[in-house]
Amino acid sequence: MSQVGTEASPLRVAVVGAGPTGFYTTDYLLKQDRLIVEVDMFERLPTPFGLVRYGVAPDHQKIKSVTKVYDRIAQNPRFRFFGNVELGKQISLADLRNHYHQIIFTTGAQSDRRLGIPGEDLEGSVPATEFVAWYNGHPDYRDYQVDLSCEHVVVIGVGNVAMDVARILCRTPEELAVTDIADYALEALTASKVKHVTIVGRRGPAQAAFTTPEIKELGELADTEAIVLADEAELDPLSQSALASGSDRSTAKKVEIIQSYVERKPTEKSRTLTLRFLVSPIELIGDETGRVAAVRLAKNELYATDAGSLRSRQTDEVETVPAGLVFRSIGYRGIPLEGVPFYENWGVILNKEGRVIDPNSQTAVIGEYTAGWIKRGPSGIIGTNKPDALETVTHMLADAEAGATLNPSDACADTAAAFVAQRQPRFISYDDWLKLDEMELSRGEAQGRPRVKFTSVEEMLAAIGK
Amino acid sequence: MNVRQILAKKGINVITIRPDRQIREAVTLMSRHHIGALVVVNSDGNPVGIISERDIVRRAAEDEALFGLEVQDIMTSDLVIGVPQDDISSVAQTMTKKRFRHLPIVENGDLVGIISIGDILKAERDQYLGEIDTLETKIQAESSQPE
Ligand SMILES: Cc1cc2nc3c(=O)[nH]c(=O)nc-3n(C[C@H](O)[C@H](O)[C@H](O)COP(=O)(O)OP(=O)(O)OC[C@H]3O[C@@H](n4cnc5c(N)ncnc54)[C@H](O)[C@@H]3O)c2cc1C
Ligand SMILES: NC(=O)c1ccc[n+]([C@@H]2O[C@H](COP(=O)([O-])OP(=O)(O)OC[C@H]3O[C@@H](n4cnc5c(N)ncnc54)[C@H](OP(=O)(O)O)[C@@H]3O)[C@@H](O)[C@H]2O)c1
Repeated sequence: MSQVGTEASPLRVAVVGAGPTGFYTTDYLLKQDRLIVEVDMFERLPTPFGLVRYGVAPDHQKIKSVTKVYDRIAQNPRFRFFGNVELGKQISLADLRNHYHQIIFTTGAQSDRRLGIPGEDLEGSVPATEFVAWYNGHPDYRDYQVDLSCEHVVVIGVGNVAMDVARILCRTPEELAVTDIADYALEALTASKVKHVTIVGRRGPAQAAFTTPEIKELGELADTEAIVLADEAELDPLSQSALASGSDRSTAKKVEIIQSYVERKPTEKSRTLTLRFLVSPIELIGDETGRVAAVRLAKNELYATDAGSLRSRQTDEVETVPAGLVFRSIGYRGIPLEGVPFYENWGVILNKEGRVIDPNSQTAVIGEYTAGWIKRGPSGIIGTNKPDALETVTHMLADAEAGATLNPSDACADTAAAFVAQRQPRFISYDDWLKLDEMELSRGEAQGRPRVKFTSVEEMLAAIGK
Repeated sequence: MNVRQILAKKGINVITIRPDRQIREAVTLMSRHHIGALVVVNSDGNPVGIISERDIVRRAAEDEALFGLEVQDIMTSDLVIGVPQDDISSVAQTMTKKRFRHLPIVENGDLVGIISIGDILKAERDQYLGEIDTLETKIQAESSQPE
């Protein structure tokens, strides 16, 4: 094969998934000067930005401004966006191999992990992934029903997503009204009867996965009191000695904030948000109609693994707490793409530093790569995907220079575009998106909100005349 | 952050060697795969030791006939084994305290990977880089849209 990556024969790359990782990947590919690269990005939704639009909480607007960086990346003339085009639906892996030298999967984690306890599938037991997508106006979840007519809610897991879910449940309508939360969610949350939210962590305060700003924020809610039980806030000897080494200041700070919630008593505030530690759900109990009514919790103790980390194990002590609604927030999970090697145990594409690996030969699959949550698992904040994308792009460039790319039958940008238009005549370009963006912003301005989202694909397509 | 996030991008093919193989073979394997340590497994595939570049170099200084020795003659058999759920920060502390640099990881009885202190440092560096970048974004947003 003749050298690709020149003006005459640019290295043509398909990026699948328009989340932060897709954009960081694009940026690294386009801003280096070793090879001439052209990027086509495919996104199953009409809108770009993945979890920045449909994950990040509506009351965390500031971080959403990161999309300005992505807008700038998208202005590069060698970049094209094809929204409303899904790999596995309108286009297949074989199609991409026909048109591109390299393909990178940045599809994120589209599903949730399961608890594996009895009662998990009772009505009223829902994955946080779905609730989050619902309040953020994700088109797949706009018709989703969340029954907020109960007083007691339990959130399982103490990661930042659990914090988001609990906070959104506890915000006042006034607090929510100034965000870009979906209109229907604002309405439902305004009518919410929820009074007591309990977040349950299986380990202790020093092992909580949430970060310091997030725990601090719980203490600053307008009409909700954050509470921690005194005996659960206290550190066990193992955690104490781990912290005593003094090397982990951020954990020490986090523990300090958690402990500051101990003294707080329920006040005149309308809601309580109780943060529990060292308890694991062992069963969800249903009422006579098959709806969740309570959660059985086992008290845990900590033990150290050989490698020194502290894990929980159940004791015989059990309690039951009421819950008309249970959110399972124990992590997202990647789903396989047809024809792409997948490591089921961990829910990631099988890869070595971003090069997709064939499970049989254990060697790299030529021309196929991955980055972001689908590469390393569902963890890390937006910026973490940047070094992760760089690692993969470094290999992509080296492989291209070594001539190890796919050998597409038709590597022409125009025919690729024509092919996509034929498969999905109603694809969305970046300019289309910018128009939608503009409309959402001005709808927001009219209501004193950062934006008012379109929440259905048809609505979006109609708005731009497609 | 836990060990699984590091392992997820290392493939699942762990290069191993049997205890009765010669050091010569261990050196060849390490050099071919660009790795600093091999997990030593018995006939059931269970880890029984670890042999690192360091072990070999240290021994080479005193023993010219090193290459003909067996792996089990110089491997470290006092082995710490991890699980994918182990927190990275705790593992780092343990490695520093107990002075070892490689940790084989076993999940449901299978050897699924090995992580080195270098992997941990890189993961922690990437996490900090990500946090700084995200923080910068927030700060820029604050200064451009005062409330
Ligand atoms: C609820 C929640 C809140 C968060 N809040 C914050 C926060 O406040 N601050 C922060 O820094 N980080 C936050 N994060 C983390 C951050 O969102 C992630 O690190 C980041 O979004 C991961 O990026 P990604 O590109 O790998 O995946 P994603 O953002 O999930 O993007 C993947 C994209 O691929 C698309 N896709 C999937 N399958 C296909 C297919 N077959 N064909 C075409 N396209 C496809 C998806 O539609 C999606 O747009 C949050 C995460 C969650 C879950
Ligand atoms: N504001 C922000 O910056 C923000 C907001 C949202 C998300 N994010 C990021 O997005 C990533 C994903 O967040 P996440 O909250 O989904 O995941 P996470 O941080 O991994 O937290 C998952 C939580 O679920 C618990 N858990 C797992 N399995 C469990 C089980 N079987 N029973 C009980 N508890 C269980 C974990 O406990 P153990 O620790 O004991 O396993 C942990 O507390 C994180 O990196 C997060 O920082 C950031």
